[in-house]
Amino acid sequence: MNRLARFGFYLLCGLIAAFLVLPLLVIVPLSFNPEPYFSFTPAMLQLDPAGLSLRWYREIAESAQWRLALRNSLSIAAVVTPLATLLGTMAALGLRRLPTRPRKMFAVIIASPLVVPVILFATGIYFFLAPLGLTQSFTGIILAHTALAAPYVVVTVGSTLTTFDERLLRAASILGSPPLSAFFKVTLPLVAPGIASGALFAFVTSFDEAVIALFLAGYDQRTIPLQMWSGVRDQLSPAVLAAATLMVLLVTIVMLTTMLIARSARSAGAGR
Amino acid sequence: MNAVSPSRAGWALVLPLVAFIVIAFLAPIATMLLRSVHDPEIADLMPRTRQALAQWDGTGVRQVAFEAVSADLREASATNQIGRLAQRLNRERNGLRVLIDVTARHLEREPDTKLSRIDPGWSDPALWQILARVTSPWTGRHLLNALDLTVTPDGILVRQEEARRLYVDLFLRTAWVAALVTLICALLGYPYAYAMAAAGPSLGALLLFLVLLPFWTSLLVRATAWIVLLQRRGVINEGLLAMGLIGETGRLDLIYNMTGTIIVMVHVLLPFFVLPLYSVMAGLPTSYVRASASLGAHPLRTFARVYLPLTYPGVAAGGLLVFILSLGYYVTPALVGGRTGQLISNQIAFHMQRSLNWGLAAALGTLLLLAVLLLALTLPRLAERGGLRT
Repeated sequence: MNRLARFGFYLLCGLIAAFLVLPLLVIVPLSFNPEPYFSFTPAMLQLDPAGLSLRWYREIAESAQWRLALRNSLSIAAVVTPLATLLGTMAALGLRRLPTRPRKMFAVIIASPLVVPVILFATGIYFFLAPLGLTQSFTGIILAHTALAAPYVVVTVGSTLTTFDERLLRAASILGSPPLSAFFKVTLPLVAPGIASGALFAFVTSFDEAVIALFLAGYDQRTIPLQMWSGVRDQLSPAVLAAATLMVLLVTIVMLTTMLIARSARSAGAGR
Repeated sequence: MNAVSPSRAGWALVLPLVAFIVIAFLAPIATMLLRSVHDPEIADLMPRTRQALAQWDGTGVRQVAFEAVSADLREASATNQIGRLAQRLNRERNGLRVLIDVTARHLEREPDTKLSRIDPGWSDPALWQILARVTSPWTGRHLLNALDLTVTPDGILVRQEEARRLYVDLFLRTAWVAALVTLICALLGYPYAYAMAAAGPSLGALLLFLVLLPFWTSLLVRATAWIVLLQRRGVINEGLLAMGLIGETGRLDLIYNMTGTIIVMVHVLLPFFVLPLYSVMAGLPTSYVRASASLGAHPLRTFARVYLPLTYPGVAAGGLLVFILSLGYYVTPALVGGRTGQLISNQIAFHMQRSLNWGLAAALGTLLLLAVLLLALTLPRLAERGGLRT
C-alpha cells in the first residue's frame, strides 16, 4: 500500500471509530447544561465553569421515580444474576458430558432465546402470564430476564471450558479426591473468570432490558430502562442525559473490570 | 474441545436450564403461535350463538340461531361486555358495532322483540356467515389478515382492499431495511475489523475498546445520544447552522424518520458485524498474503484473490447476525423512527398495547418468527454450499 492509501485507510477507520463512540461522549458535557436544552451553550464552549451545573444530576438523585426505578432494576438484577449464573454454569458444565445428539439438541434449545426477536418473547410471555395473573409482577419479569440472560452464561462459561483440561479431574480422582471436592478445588477456580464474566453479562442483560419490562411492568415495577424510555418518548428532559452519562460511566467501569478479569485469567493460564 | 466421557451427571446439570427455558421461553413462544390461530374471545362472549351455528350448513337461518343471538346479546348487556363484543365484531365487518349497539339497547327495553324487526340487517345471510365464522374459536383469519388476505362471505380467498393492505409492504420494508443496514455494517465493519487485526497490541486493544463500549451501552442510552445529535435543534443541525452551511429553514430532518432508524440501527449493530469478523481475521495466518505478494501480485489483487476469500466466513457470520437482529428490531425504531421509520416489530407492539388486536399481533409475530427461523436455518447451509465454512 502506498502512503496516501494507507493514510486514507486510517482516516476512514478513525471516522468509523468516531461514529462508534462520539455520540456517547457528546451526551456527557450536555448533561451538565444548566438550561433545559439539548445543545451546547456559548458558556459551555468557552469552558466557563459557570456554564456547567449539576442541576440534572440533583434532579434524578432527588426524584422519587428515578429512585424507585433504580431500586427495581437492582432488585430484579439481584435475583436474575445469581439464578442465570447458576443455571447457566451448570448447563455449560453438563453439556460436555452428554452424548453428541442430546448435546446438540439441548444446545439449540438453550440458544433459542438469543435468536428469537425479543418482541416475540415479550408478546408470548404476556399471553402466557396473563391468565396466571403474573403480568405487572416482579416474578414475571425475573422469569423472562433469567431466560434471556442464562444462555449468555452458557456461552461464556462454555468458551472458558474449551481450554479446560479434563485430565486434571482424573488426576484429582486418582489422588483420592471425591468428585465434589475436585469440582470445588480444581474446576471452579479454573473456570471462575468465565463464570464472573457470564454473571456480568447476565447482570447487564437484565439491567438494560426494556422490551420485556414494557410489556410486563406496571407502574410499581418500572425499571431504569423504562424510566429512560418515557424520558425519551414523552417528557424529553436533560435529566435523561444525566442518567445516560451515569450509565456510560457504569459500562466503562464494567468493561475495564472484565478486561482485567480476562487479563488475570490469561496470566493464570500462562502460569499453569 | 477435549473429549469428555458422557456421564449421568451431565443430564443432571443440563436439565434444570433446559426445563427452565422450555417453561419460561418456549412455552410462551408456543402460546403466541397458538394465539395466531386460536381466538376464543368472541366464542366466549357468544356461547349460544356458537353452539347454534356450529353445525350450520350455511343456508337458511333457523329460529334457534336468532334466539341464541338474542340471548347472548342480552347476557352481554347484563355483564357490561356489549361494548367489547361490538368492537370485536366491528373489526370483522365495518358497521357491526352500530348494529350490535342498536340491537342490544332495543333488547334491554323489549327483550322478546324479533331481531329482524329491530334491524333489517339481521335478515342478511352474509351476516350469519360472518357470525358462524367468528364464533368458532379456531381461525385462520388473523394469519390471512397479516398477509393482507381476506375471505369473502362466499368463502373465496382475495387480497384486502387497497387501503387495508399494510403488512406485506411492511414485511418487505423491514427486510429491505435489514438488508441495507447489513450492507452498511459490512462496508464500515470490514475496514475497521481489518485495522483491529492488523494493528499492534495496544492500538488493537484501543480499537477493541471503542467497539465494545457502544456494544455494552444500553440501547436507550444510545438512542438518547443520537436524538441529541440528530434532532432539528440538535448538535449537528446547530453546528451546521453555526458554520453557515445551512440556513434556519434548511435544518436537516435526520431523525424521527427512516433515516434516523437506519443510522441508529447501524450504530447499534455494527459491533455485531465487527466482532465475529475480527475473530476470523485475527486467526488468519499471514503467510498466504506474504506468499501472494512475493509472487508479484499487486496488493489489490492479493486482497481480492487471497485475503477477502479467506475472511468470507467472518463476513457471512457477521452479516447473518446483523440481518437477523435487524428483522426483529423494536426499541430503536420505536424511539427514533417517528411515523415513517417503523418496522414490523413496532406493528406487533402496536396491536398488543394500543389496538388490542392480540390475534393479529400473534399472527404477525408468527410470520416474523418463521422468517427468522428460516433464515437462521438455511443461510448458513447455503453459505456452506457456496464454499464458505461458517
